[in-house]
Amino acid sequence: MLYILDQRLRAQNIPGDKARRALRAFSIMSVRALPLLFLNLGGEMLYILDQRLRAQNIPGDKARRDEWTEVDRKRVLHDIILTMFNKSFIEELLKPQELYSKKALRTIYDRLAHASIMKLNQASMDKLYDLMTMALKYQVLLCPRPKDVLLVTFNHLDTIKGLIQDNPALLHLVDETLRQLIEVYGGLSAGEFQLIRQTLLTFFQDLHIRVSLFLKDKVQNSNGRFVLPVSGPVPWGIEVPGLIRMFDNKGEEVRRVEFPHGGNYVTAPKEGSFEVYGDRVLKLGTNMYSVNRPVETHTSGTSKNLASQTQQSIAPNPLAKEELNFLAKLMGGMEIKKTSGPEPGFRLNLFTTDEEEEQAALTRPEELSHEVVNIQATQDQQRNQELARIMGEFEVMDQPRWSASKGDDLLAMMDEL
Amino acid sequence: MFRRQRSIPLRGSAAALCNNLSVLHLPVCNLTHFGVVHGPSAQLLSVAPEGVPLAQRQLHAKEGAGVSSPLITQVHWCALPFRVLLVLTSHRGIQMYESDGSVMVYWHALDSRDASPVQAMFARGIASCGHFICVGMWSGRVLVFDIPAKGPNIVLSEELAGHPTSVTDIASEPAQEQDCMADVVTADDSGLLCVWRSGPEFKLLTRIPGFGVPCTSVQLWKGIAAAGYGNGQVRLYETSTGALHVQINAHARAICALDLAPEVGKLLSAAEDTFVHIWKLSKRTESGCTEVEHCHGECVPDTQVCGARFCDPSGSSFAVTGYDLAEILRFSSE
Repeated sequence: MLYILDQRLRAQNIPGDKARRALRAFSIMSVRALPLLFLNLGGEMLYILDQRLRAQNIPGDKARRDEWTEVDRKRVLHDIILTMFNKSFIEELLKPQELYSKKALRTIYDRLAHASIMKLNQASMDKLYDLMTMALKYQVLLCPRPKDVLLVTFNHLDTIKGLIQDNPALLHLVDETLRQLIEVYGGLSAGEFQLIRQTLLTFFQDLHIRVSLFLKDKVQNSNGRFVLPVSGPVPWGIEVPGLIRMFDNKGEEVRRVEFPHGGNYVTAPKEGSFEVYGDRVLKLGTNMYSVNRPVETHTSGTSKNLASQTQQSIAPNPLAKEELNFLAKLMGGMEIKKTSGPEPGFRLNLFTTDEEEEQAALTRPEELSHEVVNIQATQDQQRNQELARIMGEFEVMDQPRWSASKGDDLLAMMDEL
Repeated sequence: MFRRQRSIPLRGSAAALCNNLSVLHLPVCNLTHFGVVHGPSAQLLSVAPEGVPLAQRQLHAKEGAGVSSPLITQVHWCALPFRVLLVLTSHRGIQMYESDGSVMVYWHALDSRDASPVQAMFARGIASCGHFICVGMWSGRVLVFDIPAKGPNIVLSEELAGHPTSVTDIASEPAQEQDCMADVVTADDSGLLCVWRSGPEFKLLTRIPGFGVPCTSVQLWKGIAAAGYGNGQVRLYETSTGALHVQINAHARAICALDLAPEVGKLLSAAEDTFVHIWKLSKRTESGCTEVEHCHGECVPDTQVCGARFCDPSGSSFAVTGYDLAEILRFSSE
């Protein structure tokens, strides 16, 4: 069995292409959207985890063994950031390719969240992912110009750097990613950015989870839809609407007329910076969470809009095997700190109490359960070095924490070979 | 004064595409057909005058080679001299159906040999002109299909090269006056407009350069090209000279759709800023100038509009689709 798996993994030198294709669900228009999706969702994840860990911050000397301290918090963030900005992973991400399927992406974040000593139960992980996705959906939707999605990304990276100020090696890693983003995206046209934005919006289509922070701030309505303001500064490069100019055949202006455009707009003050360092001007993508504003989600009940989403996750993925193998290789390349010895894993609860977390797991609407790929390590550690390393990187837990999706269990599939 | 009419519910929400609404008005049977793209599927609806949906059908992009489900980029009814065809463009190719979507009469697969690693392939931009149907490509090429009066014997007549970047939209009008030779306009992601004269061999008449912003939607009226851009502007150009006649700072976000009620010279513009505006165009034959007057503005609260069309030739009613919205909104001034 391991020999066969090994064969397949080695044969990946092929089709980095074909393997990448295995992770897709749809042919989506832009091949440049994935890095922005990954980094921004990752950024939101870090904001939320940071906020939850700070909220539970217990002074080091007073902490019991099972309570979170400042040192623990910094360690968790450090480990996740180190994994997220892994050089070869970022390189792979930046290759032109289509978006990963929702399943594959969710699996990556599951793994990322567990890159350190922290553990999350299914319910907390679901809530975390809900918050991440709705926050990014809001940011992409409200971007003044399609190109501003890049500024949103830079805001996330800038804020991440703020979380690791005391770690020059990590800072350098994030700066490197910034430089690579500028290289890849700096030359894209407005049309290409529009395509990227449309691609991201397609990914978020039909998600209407209500987030209490958004509801309180009145950026989201009670039906889950975001508020689109019709006032404020226009995007950079756009004129305030309201003017009609008419010209003759020689190009001379012959008449100008104003019309009532219905909004209340003003000119944009200045353009955000697209350099490694600079004032981004845009606030979208900065950290909106703080210790005093706990985040809750209401997972809204059944809605027919979700029907299409369910279809997608239930449909059997014929390339699940290849997808898993490629994911295994991809994440095997991540430098993941192994928790060895007697060190305990700390559990983080995204809800206020354990009871709430249990209740959330029970009442979560069927159609919102995120399908996650179950990758269980084999107990049988055989000779093959690379294989053992890859398989070892995956969670060797006594109880499976991910929901097993139909037949996607790596071991089960091995049996079928 | 326009009033909200009864909305038409959709099975799936509208996708965040431009020009994401097609309307076919059938005065003979007093029905209106609507077509909206959801993603991998598109929905066709047949609606009675009061907005009551009578029938619906879902079409899917043909799979072709490859594993993943292709996304549809546009759905559009093409009125030809002897028939109406429904055209559907996707990442795999071009599908043509009888007007009710019941029978596929033609399938054209995108040529994977043209594929580039840094760009996804797709077809986008659909218009009929005489007995031709023109469809745009991600590469900038425009395919011209010759359509017989009936039957499936559709032939690829020509491939037009004129655009350096992906085609966004195509418009046409019947060639009317003698000096109005142009009858097709194509637009692309760089904002460039190409003006053509149709025929067994299409002739490129004028190129109207862009200014760094995509032209997302285009219409043609009495030799005037009306173009909507990613910077919220609507511009009107004289197609024979390429001269700019009118520039409107119409919207605060990218324009997603333009439509025309040619008999009355009304232009509709819709954008991601949640607004829909209606304009009255008039052409001064003596001076050759074009004048524009604003008629009406409508705000569709909290909706990133992605498609808008007039529902009747007099321009007294229109319909709107929005990203993530599972209904077609209708407005009428009658």
